[in-house]
Amino acid sequence: MIEAFEHHEGTVAPLDRANVDTDQIIPKQFLKSIRRTGFGDNLFDAWRYLDEGVIGKNANERRINHDFVLNEPRYAGSSILLARGNFGCGSSREHAVWALQEYGFRCVIAPSFADIFFSNSLKNGLLLIVLEKNLVDELFGIVQLEEGYSLRVDLAGQTLRGPGFAADFEIEPERKRLLMQGLDDIGATLAHADAIRDFESRHRQRMPWVFSRDGNAS
Amino acid sequence: MATRTVYDKIWDAHVVAERDDGMTILYVDRHLLHEVTSPQAFEGLAQAGRSPWRRGANLATPDHNVPTTNRSRGVEGIEDAVAKEQVVVLDDNCKRYGIEQFEMTDRRQGIVHVIGPEQGATLPGMTIVCGDSHTSTHGAFAALAHGIGTSEVELVLATQCLVQRKSRNMRIIVEGHLPFGTSAKDMILAIIRAIGTAGATGHAIEYAGSAVRALSMEARMTLCNMSIEAGARAGLVAVDDTTLNYVHGRPFAPTGAMWDRAEDYWRTLVSDADADFDTELELDAAGIVPQVTWGTSPELVLGIDENVPAPDDFEDPAKRELCERALTYMDLEAGRPIASVPVDRVFIGSCTNGRIEDLRAAAAVLDGRHVANSVTQAMAVPGSGLVKAQAEAEGLDEIFRSAGFEWRDPGCSMCLAMNDDRLYPGERSAATSNRNFEGRQGHLGRTHLVSPAMAAAAAVAGHFTDVRDLP
Repeated sequence: MIEAFEHHEGTVAPLDRANVDTDQIIPKQFLKSIRRTGFGDNLFDAWRYLDEGVIGKNANERRINHDFVLNEPRYAGSSILLARGNFGCGSSREHAVWALQEYGFRCVIAPSFADIFFSNSLKNGLLLIVLEKNLVDELFGIVQLEEGYSLRVDLAGQTLRGPGFAADFEIEPERKRLLMQGLDDIGATLAHADAIRDFESRHRQRMPWVFSRDGNAS
Repeated sequence: MATRTVYDKIWDAHVVAERDDGMTILYVDRHLLHEVTSPQAFEGLAQAGRSPWRRGANLATPDHNVPTTNRSRGVEGIEDAVAKEQVVVLDDNCKRYGIEQFEMTDRRQGIVHVIGPEQGATLPGMTIVCGDSHTSTHGAFAALAHGIGTSEVELVLATQCLVQRKSRNMRIIVEGHLPFGTSAKDMILAIIRAIGTAGATGHAIEYAGSAVRALSMEARMTLCNMSIEAGARAGLVAVDDTTLNYVHGRPFAPTGAMWDRAEDYWRTLVSDADADFDTELELDAAGIVPQVTWGTSPELVLGIDENVPAPDDFEDPAKRELCERALTYMDLEAGRPIASVPVDRVFIGSCTNGRIEDLRAAAAVLDGRHVANSVTQAMAVPGSGLVKAQAEAEGLDEIFRSAGFEWRDPGCSMCLAMNDDRLYPGERSAATSNRNFEGRQGHLGRTHLVSPAMAAAAAVAGHFTDVRDLP
């Protein structure tokens, strides 16, 4: 079950780089964990800290990179990330989504997102909002000028509202429903178990070679 | 019936149900698993009291984390306790759920995208998924193959299905002959340069044209492998004799009358002559020269005869900024010939270029030559135990060793540097892998992506050089 998303209000942090890849969001050395938690301290690790990130290192003993935007005091506690195009490209690691959420982000706004990152976010209740580039540019301008700038995201009404800014956003109805109800994808798919079994039995007739290992697994 | 692309045909053959909300429940034929993206999925499965829908659909192997030296002790030989735990957990999960696994000590172990095709676990017309973005590799067999996240790994384990929205169709046609000294790696880097890393987002790419048809299966895998670097989840090539000749006789492939039946179907996996593509791109193979990436995104590519660009060479402000950031990170100055850039480490391997043909191409360059003194380390990492055995049977290991290369055991290795194979801060690599992102091969490491022949040439010269000009 994912946490249901209805509306959210929070401070916006601007990450002014295009093509932010999942290797930057959560570097590979942290993927050795067998758990879904413990990634927040290492979000954007190579940008947030000056020393090399090693799994198990205490975040309080790290050397902070004060030039990195998320380390600026004005963006402390921000929960909406404003980003540039093709955000989340690269590796399929879902750890990138877990890291963003654990850090405190509920929503990412960008002109475009990479495909796999997009579906991974949905599965975890991280709302991705695609906004036209000129609106994203406008938001970058506002956020950089106004300290503590905060936006209200209303998923039901598909609106973004903040001082001096208002925009509507598009979201596919099924994604919106999933996010708003916090639906369990597996449960929803297993509701079609009979259809899956029917398909499988026809498929086995048509393409038996696909099932050649079914007897071999021990 | 309306005309269809290969992608449409495979998609249509796997639709379980169309949901009211417009999403499709799509059946998954083959699910490949490895140690890094599966533990949380198995944990979720266990917590919900579920078990795998169809055990025989799954095939697992550890690859991302495994060391490429001292493998005789198997899992016990992994010194990194955290990495070891992941491999142990994969072993445990496979045993618990009866999933076929090539364990670390199995000679069939290797990079998941190398062993699938090698075993015939990858067959034409299949839907294939894995918790790894380079699953697009298997599209070389006219399979619909793409990467998924961990939640989807759990979904596939539990239901044998994915909930998907269909992608758009894109066709990239490469006509003509690839020039001497160039390969599928140069072809795909040239394509990514042309369309950018988001150029195919939302699309499934079909690679077509005479230059693609002329490629071997190994080369087609290299091509499809990097579809994700162009933004496409999936890339594929239609079935032809090359496909079927490769598949025939593989351990998991059908035999006898079943083969004939399968072949009849597989032969239909070509796009109809007048099928519609949402996007098309044409490229002339004859214009492709050996490629080298210079920056921190796979679209920042140069021909070996070109110079590092300046921010002002880009019109788009976002690209200008990307260029500026990349110049700083890569410690390169605009206008410098890429062929003058020295390398510290050379890595030949990965799911992009860790197959037998890749090792042959590199060995052909290294035969009778030696790694330059200025190069700290050069390593060849076969994509699987069987690739390694084949290379050794051909004497390639001797060529690599005599040239000063380390001859390693199979795994993902320095492509993503989860194990000890890595760059150190400030070091520069010539790598046959697929991503040159900041820190990808090690903290503050600098990666240049090239073909196996170009990596070998860089090792010999000590800097990037046109493999065709080696003395």
